[in-house]
Amino acid sequence: MTRVFSNPLRLVQMVLLALLVAGLILPAFASRSMIQDLFFILTMLTLAQLWNLIAGFGGMVSVGQQAFVGIGAYAMFAGVILLNWDPVPAILLGGIAALVLAIPMAFFAFRLQGAYFAIGTWVIAEVTRLIVAQWKTLGGGTGTSLPREATSDIIGVQMVADLFGLREAAARDVLAFWLALVLVLGTIAAIHALLRSRTGLALAAVRDNDNAAQSVGVDARAVKWAVFLTAATLTGLVGALIYLQTARISPDAAFSVTNWTAYVIFIVVIGGVGRLEGPIVGVMVFWALQTAFADYGAWYLLALGLIAIAVMLFAPRGLWGLITAKTGLVLFPVQRKLTIEGNNDG
Amino acid sequence: MLETRGLTASYGQFKALFGIDMTIAAGECIAIIGANGAGKTTLLRSISGVLSNSPEMILHNGVPIGALPADAILKRGIAMVPEGRKLFPSLSVEENLLIGGQVRQGDRRWNLETVYELFPILRERRLSPGTALSGGQQQMVAIGRALMSNPELLLCDEISLGLAPVVIRDIYAALPEIRKTRAAVVIVEQDIARALTVADRVYCLMEGRVTLHARAAGLERAAIHAAYFGAGE
Amino acid sequence: MIWLDTIVQGLLLGGLYALFAAGLSLVFGIMRLVNLAHGDLIVFAAFLILVVVDTTGLNPFVSALIAAPALFAAGWALQRFVLNRVLGQDILPHLLVTFGLSVALQNGMLEVFSADSQRLRSGALESASIDLGPVTVGIMPLLTFASAVLVIFALNRIFYATPLGRAFRATSDDPVTASLMGINPKSVFAIATGLAMVTVTIAALYLGMRSNFEPSIGPARLIYAFEAVIIGGVGSLWGTLAGGAIIGVAQTIGAQLNPEWQILAGHLAFLAVLLVRPRGLFPRAVD
Repeated sequence: MTRVFSNPLRLVQMVLLALLVAGLILPAFASRSMIQDLFFILTMLTLAQLWNLIAGFGGMVSVGQQAFVGIGAYAMFAGVILLNWDPVPAILLGGIAALVLAIPMAFFAFRLQGAYFAIGTWVIAEVTRLIVAQWKTLGGGTGTSLPREATSDIIGVQMVADLFGLREAAARDVLAFWLALVLVLGTIAAIHALLRSRTGLALAAVRDNDNAAQSVGVDARAVKWAVFLTAATLTGLVGALIYLQTARISPDAAFSVTNWTAYVIFIVVIGGVGRLEGPIVGVMVFWALQTAFADYGAWYLLALGLIAIAVMLFAPRGLWGLITAKTGLVLFPVQRKLTIEGNNDG
Repeated sequence: MLETRGLTASYGQFKALFGIDMTIAAGECIAIIGANGAGKTTLLRSISGVLSNSPEMILHNGVPIGALPADAILKRGIAMVPEGRKLFPSLSVEENLLIGGQVRQGDRRWNLETVYELFPILRERRLSPGTALSGGQQQMVAIGRALMSNPELLLCDEISLGLAPVVIRDIYAALPEIRKTRAAVVIVEQDIARALTVADRVYCLMEGRVTLHARAAGLERAAIHAAYFGAGE
Repeated sequence: MIWLDTIVQGLLLGGLYALFAAGLSLVFGIMRLVNLAHGDLIVFAAFLILVVVDTTGLNPFVSALIAAPALFAAGWALQRFVLNRVLGQDILPHLLVTFGLSVALQNGMLEVFSADSQRLRSGALESASIDLGPVTVGIMPLLTFASAVLVIFALNRIFYATPLGRAFRATSDDPVTASLMGINPKSVFAIATGLAMVTVTIAALYLGMRSNFEPSIGPARLIYAFEAVIIGGVGSLWGTLAGGAIIGVAQTIGAQLNPEWQILAGHLAFLAVLLVRPRGLFPRAVD
């Protein structure tokens, strides 16, 4: 394995910072549609990194993350419509709501193992969707939109509009893009730091062998809870942000298994499960496919499903796995190497 | 009948056998002795197909079988009594026996009736779950189960392990009956004295190599000691 | 009287859910794995029966009989050529492959059959009913329940009274030692999946006769099946029947209170059982 530089953590942080700065300047040059595409890529990337964290690194294969996307989005809408909050701070409500939902979800789901855990998370996501669909003030089963007054006056939008000479709608897209950039870079930095920490090591141990990990003093439950809850909160923030940009919500859309779980899983699988670089590669491929073929509807989804199967059968480490195997390249070193100091004999 | 030529085996990076040459003729009883970790179980797992090797490393009646999986090996008439008995917890004693003869029945000399005659206690406990029996009784079930396929070659991996001496005596008393049916038997044993009482020939393994190969009759204690532990200890 | 009627309807509905769950329970009992495409396979089977009905003009029952061997073969092949390749310590590959299969199946069916609702017509049987004293029950639900009981009885017989069942149990206990007995675990798994597909065919028959179906309803069937298995207790086929009944009754009671609450009521019953009895009501001995 070739290391890019000698202090990986510092390097990663510097690169992320550089990307952040680049992102701040980008709207000056980029078209509106490019900003929108980037928003899509960055939000999907964040969701993918979070799913990869709990499933790839944590061994908790959830098929219910759409619950957090949905509840996060709905909490934000509730904050705007019912509490008259500005949509941007209301995003935080999304994170909080997701965290609150994650507690019972983890409580029930952790009673199940393996594939049953997966379906259990799906059930709870469904329950959440069904309950939210009963919430008449937020549109019930058909959904609702963010009111005009709320979207026309979002904090920061005017400043952006003035800064880059944009109309209000485009400025909103830029603001959303910046928030997505902060979220994705923050998420990647946090996951990277986590994996390099003792908790990250504990997580790997728990994933490989729960009982063995506990027998050496790892508090498996605490580690799993912490990681699951954190991932849920961040997923909720992403959900709220996505629907801030869309400004229109419905239970079927916000809790969609296809958009928030199937696509996310596809991104991680294609890119490479269990590696930070995987989702980055995966989201590029996914975006390219989406742009080229989404119009083909069911054929496109059928193809995605078959590709996912083929990748798991023939290249289970994904595209990044193939790249790493060929070149030894690692962008986010998290592997630990055992070095033995001392004598050269014996 | 069975021959190994330069048999090597590894577990990942760890090499366990370094070129074992061994022959077993029809109807013979071979003992394989050696300390823990010498490679005895690895050798049996290779022959029985649990471990995969190069085809020509193991020959059965001249046919290369080294790479065949365990189920194919059983169909050829090579049955194993695995280390630790490994009875099926979900099956009763009788079902454990039946499953031994499910895929291959051979000449049917060994069947439920004759196995119960060999080990009468099992008939009394036939409906108990396999794992509810004492260690010695479980060993009887494991042996009976292997016999049900009427094998040409019976591989016995540490059948006396963890058992009381009187129980071991009862189990070994069954061996002559088994040999009457012309099956060859390989016993892997830590109890050297016991092994020598039934074996025609002995191989001793140490660290994956054969350090002694001799007829059991008249084998000197010193020779065994040297082979088992290594010379100059 | 309304409540007695509701409960009876719920029990009979439970028969359908038990049919959904039987295959899932069988495969999990042997392989410790769940096929996330299980529900979609039920829908696929329903479409296949429909194709047979349309091409031959035979009634759904006979058509299902014709479709069953094909579906057995499909399940066998799926396990033998695809799923057996992703068995191992890590459950992630298997989960992801079956998830991909679910997505592929749903959308494949969508393209081939369109999103239109379909139905397996059974003529007079659809609305026939029988008077059982205090309640009147439809013949179809009664038939469904009876079939569920029969299927579970048959599966139990296979499991505990046949050489094949011995092989299933032995392989489930210890695949390596099973191979020492001459059993090929991969073949056993393939047969198990094939057998599961036969139960799926029966489930599809009753699903299609009872109500409309279309390509996207698979996941919901998977969830009901899964809930029935968990409530009943992993490893117990009769428990699965009980689990199905509980979901059915919860749903009908929920629907009686408010039609919009039907599905939710079933899920809540599941969560309630999971809360107090994580191992289910009739769990088998330790794994």
